[in-house]
Amino acid sequence: MGKRRNIEVLVGAFMVLGLVALFFLAMEVSNLTLDRGAEGYRLTARFANVGSLKVRAPVTMAGVRIGRVESIRFDKATYEAVVTLRVDAVIDTIPEDTFANIFTSGLLGEQYIGLDPGGSQYYLGDGDVIANTQSALVLEQMIGQFLFSKAGESG
Amino acid sequence: MTSAPSQDALVKIRGLSFKHGQRVIFDNLDLDIRRGSVTAVMGPSGSGKTTLLKLITGQLRPDRGHIEVDGIAVQRLDRAGLYRLRRRMGMLFQSGALLTDLSVFDNVAYPLREHTDLGPSMLRKLVLIKLEAVGLRGARDLMPSQLSGGMARRVALARAIALDPGMVLYDEPFTGQDPISMGILVKLIRQLNDAAGLTSVLVSHDVHETASIADDLYLISQGRVVARGTPADIAADRSEWVRQFMDGLPDGPVHFHYPAPPLEADLRTRGAA
Amino acid sequence: MLLNGLARLGRGGLGVLERTGRAHLLLAAILIGSGEVLRRPRLLWEQVFNVGVLSLLIVGVSGLFVGMVLGLQGYYVLSQFGAEESLGVMVAASLVRELGPVVTALLVAGRAGSALTAEIGLMKATEQLSGLEMMAVDPVRRILTPRFFGGVLAMPMLAAIFSAVGVLGGYFVGVGLLGVDEGAYWSQMQAKIDFAKDVVNGAVKSLVFGAVVTWIALFQGYDTVPTSEGVSRSTTRSVVHSALVVLGLDFVLTALMFGE
Repeated sequence: MGKRRNIEVLVGAFMVLGLVALFFLAMEVSNLTLDRGAEGYRLTARFANVGSLKVRAPVTMAGVRIGRVESIRFDKATYEAVVTLRVDAVIDTIPEDTFANIFTSGLLGEQYIGLDPGGSQYYLGDGDVIANTQSALVLEQMIGQFLFSKAGESG
Repeated sequence: MTSAPSQDALVKIRGLSFKHGQRVIFDNLDLDIRRGSVTAVMGPSGSGKTTLLKLITGQLRPDRGHIEVDGIAVQRLDRAGLYRLRRRMGMLFQSGALLTDLSVFDNVAYPLREHTDLGPSMLRKLVLIKLEAVGLRGARDLMPSQLSGGMARRVALARAIALDPGMVLYDEPFTGQDPISMGILVKLIRQLNDAAGLTSVLVSHDVHETASIADDLYLISQGRVVARGTPADIAADRSEWVRQFMDGLPDGPVHFHYPAPPLEADLRTRGAA
Repeated sequence: MLLNGLARLGRGGLGVLERTGRAHLLLAAILIGSGEVLRRPRLLWEQVFNVGVLSLLIVGVSGLFVGMVLGLQGYYVLSQFGAEESLGVMVAASLVRELGPVVTALLVAGRAGSALTAEIGLMKATEQLSGLEMMAVDPVRRILTPRFFGGVLAMPMLAAIFSAVGVLGGYFVGVGLLGVDEGAYWSQMQAKIDFAKDVVNGAVKSLVFGAVVTWIALFQGYDTVPTSEGVSRSTTRSVVHSALVVLGLDFVLTALMFGE
C-alpha cells in the first residue's frame, strides 16, 4: 500500500514538473500570448513596399507592442501591399491621422510596424484604414539614393 | 487399469500432426485422457511433450488433426473461447512462471482478482486455503526471488488451482528438484487430483516418480505413441525401446552415437570440414 | 556464387519484412487493448513511473549540460557577428525544435527502452507471458499496453523538462558567465520562438518518438528468443534500432514541419 502510494505521489510530481516545463516553454520561451488579439480590433494600412515584414510581426507605439500583423496581401489594382493589423482592444485611442512606418530592429533584425500618433481627436475604430504610411527602407535603395545624391553634389 | 468410475475421455486427440519448421513433432498421434485420472506423457527430451501441452491448451494450433477438451474442439476456438476454456484449466510451468514483481500472496490472488469480483476478505481466505493446500501459507509475504525452486513450483501450483479448474497440466514438474521436494510434489499431485476430483496431465521424463502416481502412461517418441497402458503394463512391456527408456539403458534402439558416417571414413576425409 | 549472394540478400530482406509485419501486428494488438488502460489506470501510472520518473535524473542533468554547451558554443559563434543578443533564440530554438525531443528519445531508449526489452524478454524466457495466457489473461493487453502508453505519455513530459532545463542552462552560461544582457536573452527568445510552430511541433515530435521507442522496445522484448543470450541480444537491438529510427524519423518530421 505504502509503495503504491509513493509511486502515485512521484508520478503526480512528475506530471506537474512536465506541465510546468511545458508552461515555461510556452510562456517564457515562446511568449504565447493568450491571444488578447482575439478581442482586439483590426486596422488596415497600405504600403508601397513592405520589405521583409512578416505575419505576426509586432505593431508598436512608442516602442511598446500593442498588437501584431495579422495578414499581408497584394492588391493587384493599386499594386500596393495591404497589411491588416490587429490592435489590442485596450488601445482604443489611436488618432486617425496616425503615421504607420515599417522599421527594422537593429541592423539585421526583423521588421515591425511602428505607429506615430497624430494630433486628431477622432480615433480609429475596427476596420478603419491608416492613411499615412511610410514604406520599408530597402537597403539597396538607400545605398542607391545615397550614391546618387553624392554624385549630384560633386557634379 | 485402475478401477475408473467414468471411462469417458476429457481430452481426446485424434490424428494430430504438428510441424515446427521442417521438423515433424507429431505425426498422426492419438491420445485420450480419462476424466479424473492422472495421465502421464513420457518421452525423451525433444519428443514434443511440452508442445503437446501447448496444443491441448490452444497456445499452438495443430497442422492437422483434432483436439477435443470436454467436448470442445480446441483448434477451432477463437481467442475469447480459448480464454473461457483456460479458466477451467490450470497449468504448472517448468519454471513456475510466477510474476516476479508480485509477492506469493498476490501471485496466487492474481487469477482470482482477474476473473472474479470477490471482496478482499473472501479473496484472502481463498488464497490462504490454496496456499495451505501446498503447505506454504507461511510464505505468503515472500517474493518469488526468495523461494527455492521447489517452493516456487508449489506456489505456482496453488495459483494453478486458484480458480478450481477441472484439469491441471504439469510441465516437467520434477525436473531439477532435490529428492525431498520431488517427494512433496509427487504427493501433492496425487492428493490434489483425488481430493478435488481433478484430471491431471503430467509431462515428464522422470520415470520412477511419474510411474508411481500415474494411472495411465503414454510413451511417445518421434511423433508417435510407442506404448500406452497402466504403469504395470508398461513395466511388463518387453519391447526394446520401452525397456531402454524405462530402465535408462545407454544403448539400444536409441543409439549412443548421433547418426554419422563410419568413423574410419570420416577420419580419412581431407579438406572440407 | 552470385546466386547464393542474391539468395542470402533475399532471405535477409524477407526476414526483415516478416519481422516488420509482426511488429505492426503487435502494435495493432496493443492499440486494440488500449481500453485496458482506461479500466485500470493504476497500471498506467506504474509505467509512467518506470519510464518518466526513473529517467528524470538523467534527462534533467543531460538537459542542463546540453543547454550550457549550447550557451558556450553559441556565444563564441554569435559574438563574431556582434549578435550575442540572439543567444537566447539560438539556444531555445535548438532545444525546443531538435535537441529536446531527439536527445530525450535517445536517453529514454537507453535508460527505459532497454529496461523494457529486458523485462518483457525475461518474462517471456521465464514463461511468465505463457503463464498469463494460461490464466486467461492477455499479456499484450495486461503487460504491453500500459507500458506503451506510459512511454507515449512520459516522453513529451521528459522532452519539455529537458528543453526547459536546457534553456536555463544556456541562461546560466550566457547571462551568468559570459555577460549577455539578461533582457535580450529572454525578449529575443520570446520574439522569435513561436508557440504553435516550435513548441507544439517539438511536443508532437517527442510524442511520436515516445510511441516509436516504446514500440520498438516492447516488440524486441516480446519477439525475443527466450534464452539469456536472446534477451541480451534483443536489448542491444532495441537501443540500436530505436536510435536509428529516432534519428531517421527526426529528419522526416523536421522536413514535414519546418520545410515550408
